[in-house]
Formats: sequence, structure tokens, C-alpha cells
Amino acid sequence: MKIVVCIKQVPDTKGGVKFNPDGTLDRGAMLAIMNPDDKAGLEAALRLKDQYGAEVTVLTMGLPKAKDVLLEALAMGADNAVLVTDRVLGGADTWATSTTIAGALRNMEYDLIITGRQAIDGDTAQVGPQIAEHLQIPVISYAQDIKVDGDTVTVQRQYDDRYHVVETKMPCLITALSELNAPRYMTPGGIFDACKAEVTTWGRADLKDVDDGNLGLAGSPTKIAKASDKVRKGAGEKIVPDSPEDAVSYIVGKFKEKHII
Amino acid sequence: MVTKNIEEYKGVFVFAQQVDNEISGIAYELLGKGKELAEKLSTEVTAVLIGYQVKALADKLAEYGADKVILIDDPELEVYRTEPYAHALASAINQYKPEIVLVGATAIGRDLGPTVSARVATGLTADCTVLEIGDFPLEPRPGIEQKHNQLLMTRPAFGGNTIATIACPDNRPQMATVRPGVMQKLQPVAGAKAVVEEYNPGFTPNNRYVTIKEVVKAVSDTVDIMDAKVLVSGGRGVGSPDNFKILEELAEVMGGTVSCSRAVVDSGWKPKDLQVGQTGKTVRPQIYFAIGISGAIQHVAGMEESDLIVAINKDESAPIFDVADYGIVGDLNKIVPQLTAALKSEKAAKNNN
Repeated sequence: MKIVVCIKQVPDTKGGVKFNPDGTLDRGAMLAIMNPDDKAGLEAALRLKDQYGAEVTVLTMGLPKAKDVLLEALAMGADNAVLVTDRVLGGADTWATSTTIAGALRNMEYDLIITGRQAIDGDTAQVGPQIAEHLQIPVISYAQDIKVDGDTVTVQRQYDDRYHVVETKMPCLITALSELNAPRYMTPGGIFDACKAEVTTWGRADLKDVDDGNLGLAGSPTKIAKASDKVRKGAGEKIVPDSPEDAVSYIVGKFKEKHII
Repeated sequence: MVTKNIEEYKGVFVFAQQVDNEISGIAYELLGKGKELAEKLSTEVTAVLIGYQVKALADKLAEYGADKVILIDDPELEVYRTEPYAHALASAINQYKPEIVLVGATAIGRDLGPTVSARVATGLTADCTVLEIGDFPLEPRPGIEQKHNQLLMTRPAFGGNTIATIACPDNRPQMATVRPGVMQKLQPVAGAKAVVEEYNPGFTPNNRYVTIKEVVKAVSDTVDIMDAKVLVSGGRGVGSPDNFKILEELAEVMGGTVSCSRAVVDSGWKPKDLQVGQTGKTVRPQIYFAIGISGAIQHVAGMEESDLIVAINKDESAPIFDVADYGIVGDLNKIVPQLTAALKSEKAAKNNN
């Protein structure tokens, strides 16, 4: 079985967000990590490899430094790594990104493609289903459990108040939730091997059946009109009461003032 | 991109999500916003109702503002699956050519939206919280044609740290998924009727039709936190699952319900459907109690639109105090039970008068 896991290098928004003086995000000052949902997708692939035997390839699109997350994936146990990087691919929205990744996948062999549900920088959850659409294969989003039997995949697909047990034939694409598993750590041996591993680097010319008009900033149908820091509602009152009784009479007083009680 | 005659595209489409033949709240929210956008564009709002034996739901959509309902009814559409639903919605878009398509950013819409947008070859903006009609670029710029009557879609990004406004000026339809709980429903007009047009593009199963082996519903008798007027929300600071009892008692006296932060769900103390925040639900109750919640930006993104926020936390520097109307630095274990008792006696006194 051949599995391709699509991963993304993202700024770690949980570790605090840094801004440039002009208000734009200072990506350089933020830790770059493997997107959490993607890491769960990689772990799912590695577990299928442990269980049934599989060749796991990780694929990313990004700046040359995105190679770091590929090396991490190799150190966790992935077999091959492909970096798609090219100046003409920059500034892509989800349409152009999914077009690019689908173009790379057409040059790869796969039975199963796994992506994370969404990346913590954009939070769109769009690229996975859009890749499946470009490749004309079934998509199962929001996977909380994945099982494989021969060429059949059985997935627990999460919804708001339920889950569906869904079955399909490979090839197919699955988007993974962080809840799927707890990703393994890199092993010392894995890190040692990853240092020597080859990362395949592809550019525009390595994308198959892709039109230039669908790539990068120019090929993105959505355009940013404005971007800014979120303006938050200011803080109200804050008190440090001398006793719980003071705290209670403060809240009760405010509720009376507002005619809540 | 496929070259399209974008002038041909007119009208606002809303995907009227239904589950188990019951319309989801987001469908009404989208109709409320869709109606407003349609009025600005001097056009109509159309609900696209997809399912099996769902025709009876069309009147409800009319009551909440739909001028027209496109009904796509087929046995293949009984339970949501990506492929037959994407085929239904994409076919309707290609047939009727709307200029705007709104889909709820639900576990269904965030799968359907991207699939359909890729199929009809247009842009899609995810998880929008503000939708307006305006110009793109916002200000005239030399050398660039400023287009009017564009859909301007505003959404948070970077875990709620930044906010971006996005347009889709050269392609149609302009598609957005919209965060549930943000747009306002219209006051329903009893007896309102919409033109119902039945449309069936034909459904022939192919390799992309997955098989549903089982539907497992979460057993939950709790109120949907998105509908609650008062939420008493607990974080890791509550200390233990058992200690949520004091929050439940406060919720009961306030006529509200209990919700929680992500940390509480991650610890297995409460189920996911009670989670408020970026990866949970967006809520805007009249009163939101944040108890033992530090106020990570991802949490705040899901509750900051609440009418009144009361925060109780022992850490004076907790960021929740930056959004709270009334912040109390103190021990929730002492304050919450006493507050419940005081509110109870206030209520009793009022009833006796």
C-alpha cells in the first residue's frame, strides 16, 4: 500500500503570536511547526504502515525552509519526502494550493492520501476536499478512526452530534482530526537517518496537468482586500474583592443595575 | 480559472442544511444574511434544499426569508454524503448561476463547500463572520478597475489573532462558508410562501459515492449551547469533573446551561458538543460566565460577542479579563456557590413580592 501524507509548516499560534511594528504577523519570530492535524494524519499513516506494511511519503508545498517538517516526518518514520517549492507558487489561496498539490500527486503513486483537516494558520479545512475533487477520488473528511482491509477503507467520519461509519475503495483521500491519535515522537535513530535522507525537491515543471493560470497569487480567485489585527472589545471592570461575599454582592449589584434580576 | 461571463450570475443562494429532515439553525441564519445581501443587490434569496422527502420543509424556509426554494429530492440524498450532495449543489449552481453562494461552516458545509467550489471552479472563503456588499479594491487604485457590488467576506485567521477581508472579484459565484451562531435569523413570518422549483440533475452512483455502514448518534439530552440565553462556562480552573456541579447549580438558578473550554474537553471532563471556541462552537448568549477559564485567544474567538461577560478567575493576569464586562479575581470554589445562593434568595424574594 502506498500512502501520501500532505503536511504543512505553520507558525505555532498557540505559543503566542508576534507582530511587526506595521501590524503584520512576524512569522520569523514565531516557532514553525508541523500542523497538528497533519501530524495526526502522519501518525495514522505510520500506524497503518506498522500494522499492514505501507510505503509512506510526505508531501509539502512551501518555502525552502518547509523542508524542516519533512525531515521531522522522516525522523518519525516516513519513507520518502517531497518538497514542492517555486517562486511562481507563492501567495496561493486554497484553490491554487489544491491545484498545485494535485499536480504533484499526479506524478506520484498512491492508494491513500491523508491530509490534516485544517491548518492552524488559515483554519479553512478546504485544501483536502479540493485535492480530492481535482483528482476525482472520494473524500472522507473529519476522520476520527481509520481502518484498512484489502482495498477497502473504513472511517469514522465525525459530525457535530454523531459519527458515520463510512466505507470506500481506494484510492481515496481522508482528512484527519487531531483527536485521531497521539503522534509518536521522533526516535534518535530516526533523526540520525533523517539527517542523511534525501528530500526530493520539485518545482512548477514537476506538476502534471496543471494550467499556469491556476497557480500562485495570480491564479487565486480569492483576493485579500484588507488584513489587520483583530480589534477586540475593550476590558470592562475588574475587581479584586476582599472576600467572596464582596464578590457576590458586586455581581448581584451589577445584575440588578442591568435588570437581569 | 475557467473563463465565465460573470454578468450572467444573479441572485443569492443559501444551502439550506437539513439533518434527519430537520432544518439546521444555520440555514435560517444564512437566510437572514442572504436576504439582506439580496436587498442591497436588488435581487432574491433562494434556498437550495437538498435531501430525500424534504419538500415539506420548504414552507419553513419561506417563513425565514427565502423568496424561492430549489428542491433537490432524491433517495440518494437521504443521509449526507459528499458526492451526491456536491453533485446536487454544483449542478444547481451551473444551472441557475447565482452570484453569491452561502454555506454553513458546519461539519457538513466545510466538506461540501470546498468540493463544490473546486467543481464549479471558483473561490471559497472559509468561516466568515461578516459579509457585506462593497467595492474591491476598497479604495480606488490607479491602474486597477474598482469593481462595485462585490461580496466582501471577513474572517478571522491565525487562531483569531488577525482578521482578513476577502473578495472574489473576477469569478462567480462568490462563495463563503459562514460560522454558525454569528448571523441573525429574521423574525419568522407565519404563512409566508416561496416559489418552490423542483430540480433533479440525476444521481448515478460512481466510485465517489461512499457507503454509510452505520450512523452513531451521540447520546445527549442537553440543550445546544448555541441556543442558550445564559451559559455558565468552565475551564481547567474548575479543577475536576465533579466540581462542575457548582457550575450546574449556578446555571440552574440562572435558567442557563453549562459549557466549557477546550482544555476541559481534552481532559475528558465534558463532551465536545459543549466546547466553546475556535475549534468548538461560537456562542452569543445574553450572559456568559467564564469560570476558571484563562481566556486563550481561541476560546475568546467563540464567545466575545456575548452581550455580557462575567469572568471569575484567581489569576489576575488571565487574558479573559481583557474581554470581561465584569471581572472578579478570586477563588471560584468560594464565590460560585455563594453567588448561586444569593441569586436564589433574590429570586425567591422577587416571587414573594
